[in-house]
This record gives sequence, C-alpha cells and structure tokens, in this order.
Amino acid sequence: MTENKGKVVSINGNLVSVEFDGNVSMNEICFVKVGDIALKSEVIRIRGNVAQIQVYEMTDGIRCGDIVEFTGDMLSADLGPGLLGQVYDGLQNPLPILAEQAGWFLERGIYADGLNVEKKWEFTPTAKVGDVLRAGEYIGTVPEGPFTHKIFIPFYLLGNYTVKSIVSKGEYTVKETVAVVTDDRGREINVSMSFKWPVKRAVKCYSERLAPVETMETKVRLIDSFFPVAKGGTYCTPGPFGAGKTVLQHTTSKYADVDIVIIAACGERAGEVVETLTEFPELTDPKTGRSLMERTIIICNTSSMPVASREASVYTSVTLAEYYRQMGLNVLLLADSTSRWAQALREMSGRLEEIPGEEAFPAYLESYIAAFYERAGYVRLPDGSKGSVTIGGTVSPAGGNFEEPVTQATLKVVGAFHGLSRERSDARKYPAIDPLISWSKYKSVIDSKKSEFCRDILIHGSEIDSMMKVVGEEGTTLEDYTTYLKSEMLDAVYLQQNSFDLVDANCSKSRQNYVTDKLVYVLGSDYDVDNKDDARSFINRMRQKFIDWNYNEFESDAFKKTEAEIDALYLEGNGKLTAYAESLLKDGE
Amino acid sequence: MRMNKVYNKIESITGNVITVRADGVQYKELAQINTRFGKSLAQVNKIDGDVVSLQVFAGGQGVSTGDEVRFLGHEMRVSFSEDLLGRIFNGSGDPRDNGPALTDNMKPIGGPSVNPTKRILANRMMRTNIPMIDMFNTLVVSQKLPIFSISGEPYNQLLARIAMQAEADVIVLGGMGLKYDDFLYFKEELSKGGALSKTVMFIHTASDPTVECMMIPDMALAVAEQFALQDKDVLVLLTDMTNFADAMKEIAITQEQVPSNRGYPGDLYSQLASRYEKAVDFDNSGSVTVLAVTTMPGDDVTHPVPDNTGYITEGQYYLKGGRIEPFGSLSRLKQNVNGKTRKDHRALMDAMIRLYSSYKETLEKKNMGFSMNRWDEKLLRYGELFESRLMDLSVNLSLEEALDLGWEILAECFQSDETGIKSDLTDEFWPER
Repeated sequence: MTENKGKVVSINGNLVSVEFDGNVSMNEICFVKVGDIALKSEVIRIRGNVAQIQVYEMTDGIRCGDIVEFTGDMLSADLGPGLLGQVYDGLQNPLPILAEQAGWFLERGIYADGLNVEKKWEFTPTAKVGDVLRAGEYIGTVPEGPFTHKIFIPFYLLGNYTVKSIVSKGEYTVKETVAVVTDDRGREINVSMSFKWPVKRAVKCYSERLAPVETMETKVRLIDSFFPVAKGGTYCTPGPFGAGKTVLQHTTSKYADVDIVIIAACGERAGEVVETLTEFPELTDPKTGRSLMERTIIICNTSSMPVASREASVYTSVTLAEYYRQMGLNVLLLADSTSRWAQALREMSGRLEEIPGEEAFPAYLESYIAAFYERAGYVRLPDGSKGSVTIGGTVSPAGGNFEEPVTQATLKVVGAFHGLSRERSDARKYPAIDPLISWSKYKSVIDSKKSEFCRDILIHGSEIDSMMKVVGEEGTTLEDYTTYLKSEMLDAVYLQQNSFDLVDANCSKSRQNYVTDKLVYVLGSDYDVDNKDDARSFINRMRQKFIDWNYNEFESDAFKKTEAEIDALYLEGNGKLTAYAESLLKDGE
Repeated sequence: MRMNKVYNKIESITGNVITVRADGVQYKELAQINTRFGKSLAQVNKIDGDVVSLQVFAGGQGVSTGDEVRFLGHEMRVSFSEDLLGRIFNGSGDPRDNGPALTDNMKPIGGPSVNPTKRILANRMMRTNIPMIDMFNTLVVSQKLPIFSISGEPYNQLLARIAMQAEADVIVLGGMGLKYDDFLYFKEELSKGGALSKTVMFIHTASDPTVECMMIPDMALAVAEQFALQDKDVLVLLTDMTNFADAMKEIAITQEQVPSNRGYPGDLYSQLASRYEKAVDFDNSGSVTVLAVTTMPGDDVTHPVPDNTGYITEGQYYLKGGRIEPFGSLSRLKQNVNGKTRKDHRALMDAMIRLYSSYKETLEKKNMGFSMNRWDEKLLRYGELFESRLMDLSVNLSLEEALDLGWEILAECFQSDETGIKSDLTDEFWPER
C-alpha cells in the first residue's frame, strides 16, 4: 500500500473520477472510502491529475470529497496450493468465506484472501542449494488432491536465481518462506508457496509453444467425431438463448478428458452455478476416481453481481488456468458467456464517453477478444513436460444473429466453431450444434473419411429435404427419399445425445469408433424396399434399435444383444453393402 | 450528520431530470422537491463536482427553477411488515388504496445480490394445473420466467390465473404502465379468487410518471425478499417489463447516454438481470419465484428487451394465439423436477413435442398442396388432438391426468414403435386398445 491518496470529484454509475497528487498507474487498484468501508476499484483512464476508476461494487452513498487510497498494485490473483475446489467471485474472493462473514448477501466492501493462509501443506523440496533456476521452474512439490502441485520461482522474477537455502520436507503454510534465492547481484529473495500475478498479463514461463494436435475428448459424439477440439486449442459456442449453450458446457465440464476444469460463469445466471456446486461434489472423476470438485475451480460473477468485476473474472480464470498448465497439466477453461464480458467493456466504454464502434461496442473489442483466446495454448515447459490451456467460450449474440460484432470477432481467432441453432433446439435435438454451419480445424477421434461419409449423408439429406419442401414427397425418387431417411436416422442416433442419461452422455472415443463403423455399414447399404412407406418403416425400426443401443453400456451383454438385433434387422432388410462403404470399412482395419 | 439543507436554485430541467448545485450529496440519495402540484421524491443519479442530477419521480412537468429541493440523507426504501398484505401502493411507496401510509421498518430497495453459495438448487415443482406448464414446461420454485407475448394476448388473464392456482404463500404483483382497467381486473380477480389477502401490489399505471415505473420492480422484489427471509414461498408477478425497459431508455436518452441497440442503454442486460436475479431459493429459508410479462413489439423475439430477457431468465413462456406455444416456450429448470414426478414424464414430453414438430412440417406441406401419405395423415390427426385436448388455455388438469391423456392421444394416432419412445416405457404405459 502506498501513501498515495486522492479524492472523489464525480460519480456516474460505477465510474468515479478522482483527483490525485503523486503518481498513479494505469490499471492500478485503489479503494474508495465510504463511511467505514472501502470499495475496491481499478484505474481505467488518467487525464492530468484526474484518474477515472471503475468501482467493483455498487457506488451508492459515495460523495464528492470521499478519500481514495491507491495501492500501487495491479489487479492480481493469488497463486498457490488450495485453488482447486474453490468457488470464487471475479476478484478471487472465496464465496463461502464471504457468506460466513456477511450472510445471505454479497455485502460490499468485504474481501477475503484467495488462498487459505492458515492451512498447512506438505512441502517436498526438489531443488538443492546451489541450483540455478528461472521463473517458472520449481523448487518443490505439494500434494493437492489428486495432483502434484509444483512450487515455482515466482513468474515475475526476471533472470537467473541461485538457491541459497531451502527448507526440508515438512508442513508449511502458503505464506511461510520455504526457500531463499539470490539474484545475479547477490540480493536475497524469500520464496513462499504462493505469489501474486497480475491477471491481465499472460504467463509466458514456457520453453516453446507447440501446435495443438492432440484431440481433447468431450464425450459428445457430434463434437469429437465431427467438430473436434484439441488440447491447447480454442473453440466457441454461439447460440441464441435457450439453444443449450450452458447445458453443453456443463456436460463438457463433467466428461472432458482433461486434468483440471475452470468454469468461468461470467455474467450468467446464479442458478447454474448452484447446479454445478450441488452436483459436482457428488460426481466422480473417471480419471482419478475422486470427487469431480477436486479438479474444478469455479469463478462466478453472475449477472447481478457488479459489472466491473465481471470484466475481471475472465482474466482471473485464465490466469489460474495458466498457473496449473505450468505444472504440466491439461486445463480446460469454459467461459460462459464471453458476450457478457464484452458487454461489461461496452458499459464502461459508454460511461467513459468513448467513440462507439459497431452496436456501441468499443473499437478495441476485437483485439481484447483475440488477446484473451491467445492465452490458450499447448506448451513445452522448462522441465520438458507439456501442458495445455484449452479455452471454450460461449457467445450470446443479440437476437441469435451471428453477424454481430462479438461472434464475428471470436470466429476470427478460434480453432473450432460449434454454432447452435434455434431450429434444432426447438425440435429438442440435443446438442443443438448445427452440423451444416459448424467447423473445426482440429483432428477428429474417428477416421476422417468416415466422418466425411457421414457428413455427406447429412448434407445430401438436408438438400433433399429442402427439395421435398418444393416438389413434395411424390416428386422425390425412392432413392433420394431413402437417403433423406438415412440422414434423419444418423441425426437421431448419432448426432443427438441424451445428456441426462449417464451412459449416453458419456460416449468414449472407442465407442464412437465402434458405432461409426456400424453406422457406415448400415447407412452405406441398400435395402430391398418397394415404396416410401416401407422404406420409412424399415429405417424407423433401425433407428429405434440404435437408440436403444445408445443406452446400453459399451461392450456389456445388453450392448451385444442389441447389436445382434441390429444385425438381424439388417438381414431382414436384405442389406447390400455398397462398394464405397465397403472400401471405407476396409481402410479402417 | 449533515443538516438536511434546502436548495432553491434548480440549474436545469430536461425531461424528468433536474440539476442543482449542492455539496456532500450521496450517490443515489433521495430528495424531496416541492412543486406547485405538490411534493415529489427525486433520486440522485449523477454527481459531477457540485452539480447533482436528480430524476424526479412525478416528472419534470411544472417544476420551476425556484422550487425547493431538500436532500433526505437516505436512499429509496420501502416499509416491510405483515401489514403490507392486501395493500396497494404506487412507485413512490405511497398507498393507492384508502389505507394508511406505512413507515415502520424501512428497508432499502435494490440491495446487493445473494451470495451464490447461499442459494440452493431449485428442485421443487410449483404446480399450476395448466398442462402446457406442468407437463411440458414445468415451473419450479425460485425460477425466473418471462411470459413473451404480443399486445392483445391474454397475458394478464394468464398471470391472474397463475396467481390464484399456484402454490405460493405470498403474491407480490408489480404493475408497470398498466392500463387502468387491467389494474381493476387484477384487483377483482384476486379478491374473487380469495387471493387478495396474501397479495401486495405495487402499481404504476400508464398515466403515472415514468420515473415511478422504474421503481416498481425494486419495490416489489425488496418486499418479496423480506417475506422469503421469513421462510415464505413468494411468487412475484411483474407486468409489463418492456414498459420498465422503455422507462429506462427514456431516462438514459434524456441524460445523453450513448445508446447501444435501438436506443436502449448499454447496461440494459445488467439492469434487467439485477432484477430477475432476485429470484432465489434461500438455503434454509423461503424463496422468490418471478414471472414477468414481456410484450414483444411486433412479435419480434430479437427485439432488445425480450432478447436480453431470454438470456437472463431460465426459459420463457411464449403466449401466442391464446395458448402457450410449445416451441417458443422453455422451462430450463424443468429437468430438476420432472424426473421425480412420474417416470414416463420426460420421455412422453419429448416424444409428444417431437411429433408435434413433425406435424407442423406436414401441415406446411399440406398447405402447399402436396399429397398426404399414411404417415402424414397420422400426424395431422395427432396435431389436432394435441391442440384441442392439451394446449387450449382453458384446460385445467393435474399433471398426472395430463400425462394419461398424452398416452391416450398417442395411442389414438400411432403404433408404439412410431413414437421413438424407449420400448420399456411403451410396454408399461401404452394404453390397451
């Protein structure tokens, strides 16, 4: 805390102007004193001796002349063991602690440490006296839930540091000094198990940034098979309200094949956070066999919480993600919704009376979005291990129209696009990702030719469907009509997935491959049908079998039984495999 | 404490906003202004040095530059006690009925949001005996749902029916820009149905000043929150939130804010959200459920008000052609409760909607003059039965009766394997014919 003080000269919403004497830096944190409480704020513009600050709380009751204290620090996150399983607000205040202090409501001016400073952690040193280390290399480890949490030379230290002393194995709090290091001029620096990092700066303590090549399984067939996401990649999920963005992210947060999931509930409903809070401690992480909550961090700044800390919350989230990536872990950050963050920028821009860009969003919107997604990545760390941050952001376009600025700016920078459509969600097709508009630059879990074969059926089927709207069913050939039925079946049994069914919601990579093969076989065959009614009734029966199959546990007896029924039905329909499908299936072997 | 100093030099009057030069004024503080038409409240909404802007509740009409402005040293508050029940107030908190003014136990309005960790998962169904709600889009205690509607639809009738039939301890009705006859209608219906004694009304009618309109949701929700903290299940009915948003737009434009979309201020989302998010199920206490009519200008769901609302609320009821449309409507929380009602509830609901969607497509084909095949004929019959027996707004059935009727309708039209319902359910529930 510096001695630097100022006083309030104007108040407009959560934008307050402050007259100051000494030096003030951009994005510096300061506190507005109102009676006996102090409201956390951030400097967002400086003009002459007046700083404009955004207050992270409601500004009711502030008067001109109220004292403002500047801290000299930027908005920072506390990094150290004890982050996992926490529920934070956008400024990293643990919400359960705030509830203990203030009860039902988020009373303003109450802040708490991001890390528990009393808890002792079992520290095992890995560095020796005399070792020369750099920021981002580690001096020891601490077990945190199922993970080995590394204790780093703080990321903000520049240059080489020599370990002068290090404690022996034992229990320490996050604030106790566990090592003393000296810089090249011999100055001593105490290193504890925690340190602060300014959230708006990307952590870059890695050796090399690699191309994201490994697919991150989400267990959602439509995503993994057709529009996959890579570890260290980025993707966005725009969709009108009610199209199931949040449900999709919720399912992903449960089943995704990563080590750690960070959920940033940014300007969305509090009820959704409560759902996660209620559900996750009860669920088991299939990878570790422990509670799902132990691999999860929730940052929630829901829609009725102050808008300035909503803006901060996405940065806090990505900083925590980068921190765990530095330990060689794969981290998935789910931001819901980036549009609310963009709106927070717009609200402040409006109050600052900046010249508005498209739809009154600020002109710097695109560069801010790009910079945020660029913090994702697959990296090689100083010790040779690899870690990743994958970012999935939902977008809530006004009116469900993807031509709006936030969606467009996001599409420019992400590696996969999962566009949700109102038509599909209205028809209760979950997930409502539209296969005709979505795309991905990453590698699928199934053979790309088979994936293409399936997509061709979908595209062809949709063309026939639109043609039938014009010429009617009677003007459509039996062959086309059957293709249309096959595309509808593919949609119903493979693209759609029941997120409430434990078996169906969690479809593994091997199962996706197995089922795709069967589908290529069934859909790639011609059948003995005389007319359209027969064709429809046959395909409907087939569809029913595949739906039942989806609910059978993979490779269980029931699974095999249903498969036998599918095979029997295939024989009954006198199926003949086409040459192309046959070649596809051969290739796969 | 600062003296409640009186200022009698108003510097500017624009629309409903006045400015005075004053020191030591708090942001959002209330003031009282004496005009030749009587007293009105005003609220500080901007301070720049010693220039203080206030929005005058009764409006700027007739305000003179020489009128007295007295700062009250506190923010907008509302009295809270059991005495509120059965009473009617306006947007300034003054009685609209002939009862006495209430000044005890004043509580601030527009308070902070609930700590998410003090909420519990919404998991109790609120029965309404309207099949399109109970069966297809179940209302859940602590849910916030708008009723999207175009002008002319019977939304206030629907709201009144829900008020009388829903299981709630206290009803708080907030009327914004209400037509006077609608106000009378609510009063009459609720007293006829015997619900008036558990109801508090905050009413702004179309002829009342704009600024008071903006106060209604905060007053209604502050009272609801207090009742909920006394372990009551409170249902808040708001009509019409589009008028509330338009009032905000009016004030924002008056104060020369940069508009973001069709003239609405950039913080429309946050403003609406801070009201809707008052819906809550308190851990170990009562709850607040919010149903709010949002009229859609030109039946356009992409209009900024319904659009932003849809992103905030947990679904919506879409009222069209006098019935709750199954496609536009969605209760996002229904899956928290409809798995525990009856085991066929979800599967039947999904199948019926899927088939109804196919019916709509077939109907389109038929209207274009295409010939109908056997399947199309089945769908057409199904659609008709569904609309007349379940969708009609006058249908009054318990959930269980509605489910049984659903199976009946399916069996009258289809073979069980045509419905796409899992075989073990059709085996159990498919009616014998």
